[in-house]
Amino acid sequence: MNKYSAFSLFKNALTNNKNWQASWRDASPKSKYDAIIVGGGGHGLATAYYLAKNHGMRNIAVVEKGWIGGGNTARNTTIVRSNYLCKESSLLYEKSLKLWEGLSQDINFNVMFSQRGVYNIGHTLQDMRDIERRVSANQLNGIDAEVVNAQQIKEAIPLINTSATARYPILGASLQRRAGVARHDAVAWGYARAASELGVDIIQQCEVTGIRKNGSQVTGIETTRGYIESKKVGVVVAGHASVLADMAGIRLPLESHPLQAYVSEPLKPVLDTVIMSNAVHGYVSQSDKGELVIGAGIDSYIGYGQRGSFHTIEHCMQAIIALFPNFSRVRMLRQWGGIVDVSPDACPILSKTPVEGLYLNCGWGTGGFKATPGSGWTFAHTIANNQPHELNAPFSLDRFSTGALIDEHGAAAVAH
Amino acid sequence: MLLIKCPWCGERDETEFSYGGEAAIKRPLKPKDLNDKDWADYLFMRKNTRGLFLEQWNHSVGCRQWFLVERNTVTYEIISTKRMNSDALNSEVSQ
Repeated sequence: MNKYSAFSLFKNALTNNKNWQASWRDASPKSKYDAIIVGGGGHGLATAYYLAKNHGMRNIAVVEKGWIGGGNTARNTTIVRSNYLCKESSLLYEKSLKLWEGLSQDINFNVMFSQRGVYNIGHTLQDMRDIERRVSANQLNGIDAEVVNAQQIKEAIPLINTSATARYPILGASLQRRAGVARHDAVAWGYARAASELGVDIIQQCEVTGIRKNGSQVTGIETTRGYIESKKVGVVVAGHASVLADMAGIRLPLESHPLQAYVSEPLKPVLDTVIMSNAVHGYVSQSDKGELVIGAGIDSYIGYGQRGSFHTIEHCMQAIIALFPNFSRVRMLRQWGGIVDVSPDACPILSKTPVEGLYLNCGWGTGGFKATPGSGWTFAHTIANNQPHELNAPFSLDRFSTGALIDEHGAAAVAH
Repeated sequence: MLLIKCPWCGERDETEFSYGGEAAIKRPLKPKDLNDKDWADYLFMRKNTRGLFLEQWNHSVGCRQWFLVERNTVTYEIISTKRMNSDALNSEVSQ
């Protein structure tokens, strides 16, 4: 595989860019692997990459029913941050953030990680109390966080409406300066390329139709491209986690909901950071192409249709216009939906299961993108060693029967 | 937006309703006999069906009645709505 560098760019330019190699091998399934990852999104590809890189497992495959990074990885608003309240989640997301900081070098692919900061806006006294509490908790956990007032917000973001007469006046915000955005497609492509380079088979257009067991031990998967044998299967399929778990006879505490996002027509640079607001419920940043990237909450009902209701769009746009009245004249270019699997405590499940050799990585809800590297890192550890990494041990499936839930709901700097 | 037929009031926009999730979850009759795993199953585990699904909705800004909706969770097509009663709750989702 060619290493990407300024020199390779120059060399290929001399030959009219006709000699670039494919970034990864489009593999056909072998009959047997040491481990199979189901789901070729960011988390699945990261898992495969770290299995190969950190644990030396090379005879592994990623199977994907569509194409690489065609699901939620390409359907999110690309925000990366680690300012969660609870210790368990903040440490997991902080591990991710640290990996993000070196990711482009590590996988030799520019994921355009831009640490432009994330503001979580407070509109009420209670919001501000929660923000102060969360910022203090972050600092105790060694995560950068600060509280800023409305005037500081206005200085950093001139277009924002900090008028005291606004329907939801801005009182202040938490700011995580190391947070930011990354290019979501590049994350999938970069991990796919790096994993493929280490020998991982990436198998697209291969839908899993069944999970075979011998007693309580997993033995392989049935797919639309034939049976594939493996004693270790990691399922990383986001919204379809319940469907896959059902094939193995496991019930999950998840509900899958449509989550929509939108981009506007491209504008000249107007916003060089990320704004999130709980009270009016919207978040916005500006992409390198100049589009405003906007996200909101989930649709209330269970849905697998990758689209949501129009009133959810309207509600989100109201929120954005409340924050940025100037944006009222901006036209939206595209809108889409992804299917997010929401757990009762708004925390993921990264866990072994009652079926030996079957591992689950799901329940990320609306916030999985930021966790891509850390999720892959800890899930690879779990699969390779058949026991969780210390960072994902609290995120077991067992917590719903032991009662050790991680109550991130309503505390995670975003309303669910 | 879904157009939902409240069995009491007729067709109304989705915004008049609140979602209540999976229907016909049976409360344990002998709660003292349940172990932690059974409790977890009752409290947290859900079918999360892809396809035909029986769910409950509340006409929260209308008549405030709970009722049942049979809906396809992929196409979002509503197959039927009916009043909440034991017969409806015990019937299987039609295939």
